[in-house]
Amino acid sequence: MSVSNTLKSWVDKRFPLTELWNDHVAKYYAPRNLNFWYYFGALSMVVLVMQILTGIWLTMNYNPSAEGAFDSIEYIMRDVPFGWLLRYMHSTGASFFFIVVYLHMFRALLYGSYKKPRELVWIVGLLLYLCLMAEAFFGYLLPWGQMSFWGAKVITSLFGAVPFIGDWLMEIIRGDFNVSGVTLNRFFALHVVALPLIILGLVVVHIISLHEVGSNNPDGVEIKKLKDENGIPKDGIAFHPYYTSKDAVGLVFFLILFSIVMFYFPTMGGYFLEAPNFDPANALVTPEHIAPVWYFTPFYAILRAVPDKLAGVVAMGVAVVIFFFLPWLDRSNVKSIRYRGIYYKVFLSLFVVCFVILGYLGMEVPTPAKTLLAQICSFIYFSFFFLMPIYTTLDKNKTVPKRVT
Amino acid sequence: MLKKNILLSLYFFLLSSIALASGNDLNLDKANVNVKDYASLQRGAKIYMTTCATCHSLKYVRYKEMAKQIEMVDSSGDILVDVVQDGLMYSGAKITDNIISALSSDDGEKWFGKSPPDLSLVARCRGVDWLFSYLRTFYKDDSKLWGVNNVVFPDVAMPHVLLNYQGLKGLSGDDSHHINLKLIEQGSLNEKEYDLMVLDLVNFLSYVGEPHQLERKRIGRYVLVFLFILLVLVYLMKREYWKDIK
Repeated sequence: MSVSNTLKSWVDKRFPLTELWNDHVAKYYAPRNLNFWYYFGALSMVVLVMQILTGIWLTMNYNPSAEGAFDSIEYIMRDVPFGWLLRYMHSTGASFFFIVVYLHMFRALLYGSYKKPRELVWIVGLLLYLCLMAEAFFGYLLPWGQMSFWGAKVITSLFGAVPFIGDWLMEIIRGDFNVSGVTLNRFFALHVVALPLIILGLVVVHIISLHEVGSNNPDGVEIKKLKDENGIPKDGIAFHPYYTSKDAVGLVFFLILFSIVMFYFPTMGGYFLEAPNFDPANALVTPEHIAPVWYFTPFYAILRAVPDKLAGVVAMGVAVVIFFFLPWLDRSNVKSIRYRGIYYKVFLSLFVVCFVILGYLGMEVPTPAKTLLAQICSFIYFSFFFLMPIYTTLDKNKTVPKRVT
Repeated sequence: MLKKNILLSLYFFLLSSIALASGNDLNLDKANVNVKDYASLQRGAKIYMTTCATCHSLKYVRYKEMAKQIEMVDSSGDILVDVVQDGLMYSGAKITDNIISALSSDDGEKWFGKSPPDLSLVARCRGVDWLFSYLRTFYKDDSKLWGVNNVVFPDVAMPHVLLNYQGLKGLSGDDSHHINLKLIEQGSLNEKEYDLMVLDLVNFLSYVGEPHQLERKRIGRYVLVFLFILLVLVYLMKREYWKDIK
C-alpha cells in the first residue's frame, strides 16, 4: 500500500473523510440536465470564501472607531500594499454576492425548487439571505462615510416605529441615542464575528439538506424515482468530476466579469460604492438624498410606497418574510416553469419586472408619479404571493415527462 | 436554450443597474482627465500647491509619495527632491510630511464662514466633471462676501482664487440648466488656456482621489489575460469529462 493510501485509511478509521467525500462530491448524483441557472449556488459559496478572506486582511488594518474608521480605510486604499485590491475585492464582492444570490433565488422560482421535498432547503436558504442582508447592512456602516452613517440612521430608526417599545428597541440596537462610535463598534463585532459564524453554519445545513433530498432540475423531475440496478439514478451523474468541471468553467467566466468590474469600474458608477461615502460621516450635515445600496432598494421602495411609517415597515418586513411561505402558497402539481400554465409565467414575469422597477425607484428621490408607480409595483409584488394559491390551482399545466430532457 | 438564458440574465442584470440620476439637473461639462499624462499631473500639482494648498489640505497624501507617483523622478527613478521642495513645497514641511495647509480650521471658519475642506477625496465625492465645471463657473455677484457666486455650487463660501487667470464673468440669461456666462474683465489667460489649466488641476485631484488607479488598471490587464487563457483550458477539461455523458 502506498503512503497516501495508508494515511487515508488511518484517517478513515478515525474520521469519515472518504465517506464525506463520497456522499457529498464523488458519489453525489446530480441530474444530468442542470443548465446555466445552476451555477449560482456554487458561485455564492466562492464569493463567501472570498469575502471572508479579504475581510480577514481588511480587519488587520481597519480601525473600528468613529475617530479612526474613515482614515483607516484611506490608509488601506493608499498605504497598505495592495490594500486597494483587498478593499475593492470586498466591496465589489458584496454587490456580486447579492447578484449571484438573487439569480440563485430566481432559479428556485423558475423551476419550483422550493416545492416538496425541498421546503427545508428553501427555508434555510432564506435564513441565509436574511443573514446576508444583515451582514451587508452592518458592513456598510464600517467605512464611516456620509452614506454609511445616514443609511444606518434611517434603517435603525425604522425600529423606532414599533409600537410601545420602539424607542427602547432603537436605542438597544444603536447602543446610543444616535448612531455613534458605539454603534460602529457593535456593528463591527456583528459583521466580522457573529454573522459570518451563523452564515457558515447555515451553509453547511443548506448543503446537507440539499444532498439529503437531491438537486432539482430544469424539468422538475425527481431523478431518484428511477434508479438503475446499482441504485444510481438513471438521470444522475456524479457531482465530481462532471459538475466540478462544469462549475469550474462557470467560475472562471464569473471571475472574468468580476475582474472587469473590480479593476475597471470599482464604484460601478456609484452603485457599488456610492460617491457621498467618500465624505466622512458628519452627524450635522444630512446628505441631499439618502438611499441604501442597490440590493436593498426594492424593499426600501416598498417601505416608502406606504404612507404610514409603521405600516410601511410592516409591508417591508412582509415583503421579505413572505418568501418563507412559498412552498405552501404554490398549489401547482408541477415544479418547473417548462410545464406550468400561462398564469404562473405571467405572474412570475410581472414579479421580476416589478422587483427591478422597485429597485430602481428605491434609489430615486420620490415624486408623486414615482410613488404611485412604486405603489402599483408593490401591489403586483404582493399579488404574486397572495394570489398564488388561486392562480397555481387554476393553471392548465402540461404533462411532465418521466425522464429529464 | 443556454444562450437565451444568458441573455435573459444579462438583461436582468442590466435592468437592475439603470443609471442613477444625480440630484443636480445642471448639465456639467465633461472633464477628459487622463492620469497617465504625467506632465499634466505635474502642472496640476504646481497649480494646487500655489493656489489651493494654502487653505485646503490633502491629508492622506505625502509629498514624497506624490512626487514619485506623478513621476517627478530622474532617469534612475530617484525623486527630484530639490525640484519638489523648490517648486511644490511652500509651508516649510519636510518631504516625508503629509500635505497639510497652514490655515487652522478655527481661522478658516472665522474668515470664510466655513472651514475649507480637505480635498483628498473631492474628486471621488463630487466627480471630475463637477470640479471641472465648478472651477469655471464663478460669476460676479456683489451681494456675496467675495463679490462672486458660482453656478454649480450656489452661495459657495470660497472666493474665486483663479480670478486673475480667468478674468471676471457675469451671468447672462437665466437658463439654470445650462452654464451660460459672458466675460466682463479679461484675465491673464484666454478661455482655452484657462480650461486647460483647470483640466490639469482636476486631473491632479483625480489622481489624488485614487493614487493607485493606474496600477489597478495595469494589473487588471494581466489578470484578465490569465483568466481568458484559464477559461479555454478549463473549458477543454470540462468537454473532455462530459464526452462520457449521453
